[in-house]
Amino acid sequence: MSSDELIWRIAGGSGDGIDSTSQNFAKALMRSGLDVFTHRHYPSRIRGGHTYVEIRAADHEVQSRGDGYNFLLALGDSFARNPQEEAYYGNEEIKPLSENLDDLREGGIIVYDEGLISEEDVADIELEARAEENDWHVFPLDLRSLAREYGREVMRNTAGVGVTAALLEMDLDHIEDLMEDAMSGDVLEANLEILHEAYDTINEEYDFDHELRAPEGSHDTEQALLSGSNAIAYGAIDAGCRFIAGYPMTPWTDVFTILSQNFPDMGGVSEQVEDEIAAAALAVGASHAGAKAMSGSSGGGFALMSEPLGLAEMTETPIVLVESMRAGPSTGMPTKPEQGDLEHVLYTSQGDSSRVVFAPGNVEEAYDQTRLAFKIAWDYQIPAIVIYDQKLSGENTNVDVEFFDREPQPDLGSTLTEDELREAAHDASGKFRRFNYDDAENGVSPRSLPGQKGGRFLATGNEHSPVGHISEDPDNRVFQMERRLEKLEHIREELEAEHASNQTTFGDENAEYGVITWGSSQGAVREAVERLNENGHSVAGLGVSDMMPFPETEVTEFLERVDEAMVVEMNATAQFRGLIQKELGRFGDEMTSLLKYNGEPFEPAEIVEGYEVNLAEEDRQPTAQVRIEPATGD
Amino acid sequence: MSAFNAIGEEREIDRDEFTPGVEPQPTWCPGCGDFGVLKALKQALPEVGKTPEEVLTVTGIGCSGKLNSYLDTYGFHTIHGRSLPVARAAKLANTDLEVIAAGGDGDGYGIGGNHFIHSARENHDMTYIVFNNEIFGLTKGQTSPTSPKGHKSKTQPSGSAKTPLRPLSLSLNAGASYIARTAAVNPNQAKEIIKEAIEHDGFAHIDFLTQCPTWNKDARQYVPYIDVQESDDYDFDVTDRREAAEMMHETEDVLNEGTVLTGRYYVDEDRPSYQQEKAAVGEMPDEPLAERYFDDDAEWERSYDLLDRHT
Ligand SMILES: Cc1ncc(C[n+]2csc(CCOP(=O)(O)OP(=O)(O)O)c2C)c(N)n1
Ligand code: SF4
Repeated sequence: MSSDELIWRIAGGSGDGIDSTSQNFAKALMRSGLDVFTHRHYPSRIRGGHTYVEIRAADHEVQSRGDGYNFLLALGDSFARNPQEEAYYGNEEIKPLSENLDDLREGGIIVYDEGLISEEDVADIELEARAEENDWHVFPLDLRSLAREYGREVMRNTAGVGVTAALLEMDLDHIEDLMEDAMSGDVLEANLEILHEAYDTINEEYDFDHELRAPEGSHDTEQALLSGSNAIAYGAIDAGCRFIAGYPMTPWTDVFTILSQNFPDMGGVSEQVEDEIAAAALAVGASHAGAKAMSGSSGGGFALMSEPLGLAEMTETPIVLVESMRAGPSTGMPTKPEQGDLEHVLYTSQGDSSRVVFAPGNVEEAYDQTRLAFKIAWDYQIPAIVIYDQKLSGENTNVDVEFFDREPQPDLGSTLTEDELREAAHDASGKFRRFNYDDAENGVSPRSLPGQKGGRFLATGNEHSPVGHISEDPDNRVFQMERRLEKLEHIREELEAEHASNQTTFGDENAEYGVITWGSSQGAVREAVERLNENGHSVAGLGVSDMMPFPETEVTEFLERVDEAMVVEMNATAQFRGLIQKELGRFGDEMTSLLKYNGEPFEPAEIVEGYEVNLAEEDRQPTAQVRIEPATGD
Repeated sequence: MSAFNAIGEEREIDRDEFTPGVEPQPTWCPGCGDFGVLKALKQALPEVGKTPEEVLTVTGIGCSGKLNSYLDTYGFHTIHGRSLPVARAAKLANTDLEVIAAGGDGDGYGIGGNHFIHSARENHDMTYIVFNNEIFGLTKGQTSPTSPKGHKSKTQPSGSAKTPLRPLSLSLNAGASYIARTAAVNPNQAKEIIKEAIEHDGFAHIDFLTQCPTWNKDARQYVPYIDVQESDDYDFDVTDRREAAEMMHETEDVLNEGTVLTGRYYVDEDRPSYQQEKAAVGEMPDEPLAERYFDDDAEWERSYDLLDRHT
């Protein structure tokens, strides 16, 4: 017996080892041949506070979290037992159980740790009655004592995994293998013992009649389980990036950490500096001197980068910045995703923007578009930004290993060698015409690097002449401005010709109705569109990644094909829909919005419901957490 | 063959090589102290054997920030207060470059104060020249962090209530390994100090007194200066932190009373530069990062090799 999909949720206190346990279990599921997708929910606290990780596993492709889930492993919040914490936060021991019941599907399984969650608390939340009503199968087990008996209390995670495997009739092979990779000695011994003891306890002592079992699947090729942050870091490495500067801020810290840990072995430089202004300025300085450099941050830190970003535009210094969005304004909700920084990233810094902005929609796109960001930045001498969010940053998906086997790109694009510099244009005093506009191709005038013979010039954030001297000459201003902006037109053409795949279309091509989205909401939208089509609707979907320059042709064609479109995004002011209207100058009265900004990503069902309400023009909100925004006239 | 042939080139270098052609002519006011820095640099650079193309001058915004418009090296005129992070990174990317950062007292001690503290703390191998005219020049005479208490300006019409910053003491406490003060009215000393700073391996901070006759006529920088190294009254050991600290205090106390003391205040030849420290912990590549991109045979490690831990 195997089920169609398993959505396993492990809940506990932040710091209880939920992350590493779930990472290993997700990998075990992947190794057993399933496609997996993880979703992480955590509070902005270092230890304690209710947190959970969800793993969705199926025999078919999964691109988002599901609607609700069907297996809860509630470990209890061990940090809530600390009297001081309890005085401050209240008794939270039960939260991993009580907070998660709403989303548990009918017929689902609950395993909870009796050792931590008291009988009275369970009675208080009327678990028995609710279980009966929803046909839940409840297994109270003293995981804490079991863990203590063979090892230490923290190993109750392992006991939980053993119980899970038994209830789902899974083999322990993959789980054991992963444990052997991760630990050794007494710790490994103890964990293996706990795993088996838990597994056997279920099989020997319980008769169970639930229907949920682990799905069965197989992969033809080797798979790797990684997050959007991994993909961005690896994309940077393969693009030849060997310089990173940053200042920690959640969730950007993930990318910063991955590169900092790998650079020493690959001859790269990582710098943690005094603030984000410095971080982005370091990227500019390193790139000016000949490194492929990047920096990044999350909303508040990116705000500080506004200055060096403008400096990079004016001096035409290539850099890549990554912006990992979390809910704003200001410090907002540090551990919650939102797509609220789009306008910030597109328009921050003074003057007319000349920058490239990519918003990858999943792990694969995160890798590809980071590589592309470096290529475009160095070919066109322009800053490129990769914008994504806390959701994509932390979610893990399985990807075919072969996918990453792309050629490295260790070249500096439009940078000249000394031989080439000898042939290049110089002015009468022997200075290199670094910012020449006469013979610029696609708006790009090739650059030299400090230390090269024959390439001397001045880079300045002031408007400047071809050799880089400060200039307020009106003609020069117009030529330079037009040249800088001209690049965007050529980048748009190049992206359209060679990388139209940055935009993803799905669903029914000839549909009357369209759903458009950007960035990490793509997964949930794809799944919703598939479901709608299965349910007899006729819907086409479009996930857009190119934010600047905007893919005019592709989006126009899509909007012309459908009668009406719903734009789905995680913010309250419909920023992306605004961008479409601004860029295309029409379609205002054909687009409605489905918005969510409570700190939780979309679930596919919410999009399905939003679509139905929207289409039927019913006078009701689809759910309490999402908002329909009506169309506006052009 | 190196991709950066101008670096380490050995030849006679003419001072005129550091002067751009006809354009642009300095826009500084007549009598401005900034001319003194420009001149001292033009003299010092050939004397330490640097060619214009191996030097990168990175400046901030202010009258002082225009320095590299009139000095023909590779240059980066950045934004207000941000010369140091740009300069630091350029040096990290290509350790063979001679990197000199410069800017005003508003630029360096005000808006860029945080970068100053951290660049000194980390002891980056570079020279940092602060044009200290105790005033905001380019924005027309507002009070700066080094203006004396009681200084009146359009934005502080009743006189500044703030005690001026002590740049030398700050620099010492932050960790700079070479600290000197010189003055535009003292060209020979200025040149010698710049030469020493360039040759020093570590963060060399020069507080360069530059008079601003346009906005700061009262500044005491016109009065005769005393060279602490030449005078018998000021005997101290520049390699001794405590003695240096004491002398800096004395200097900073008397500056606004009309006595200008200049010279070297602190020299620590033993402290490794940041680049050396970073190499020692294994986080600095052996060769300049910039060279690698031109090296066809360089081994480029790929992310593919990192995937094992994810399978
Ligand atoms: C972010 C920012 N704030 C303010 C300014 C305006 N500004 C230009 S120069 C300057 C002060 C210059 O004073 P100082 O650094 O002492 O240099 P000086 O002109 O005296 O050489 C200011 C405030 C600016 N360019 N950028
Ligand atoms: S305003 Fe002052 S600092 Fe600026 S150029 Fe004139 S004299 Fe020099």
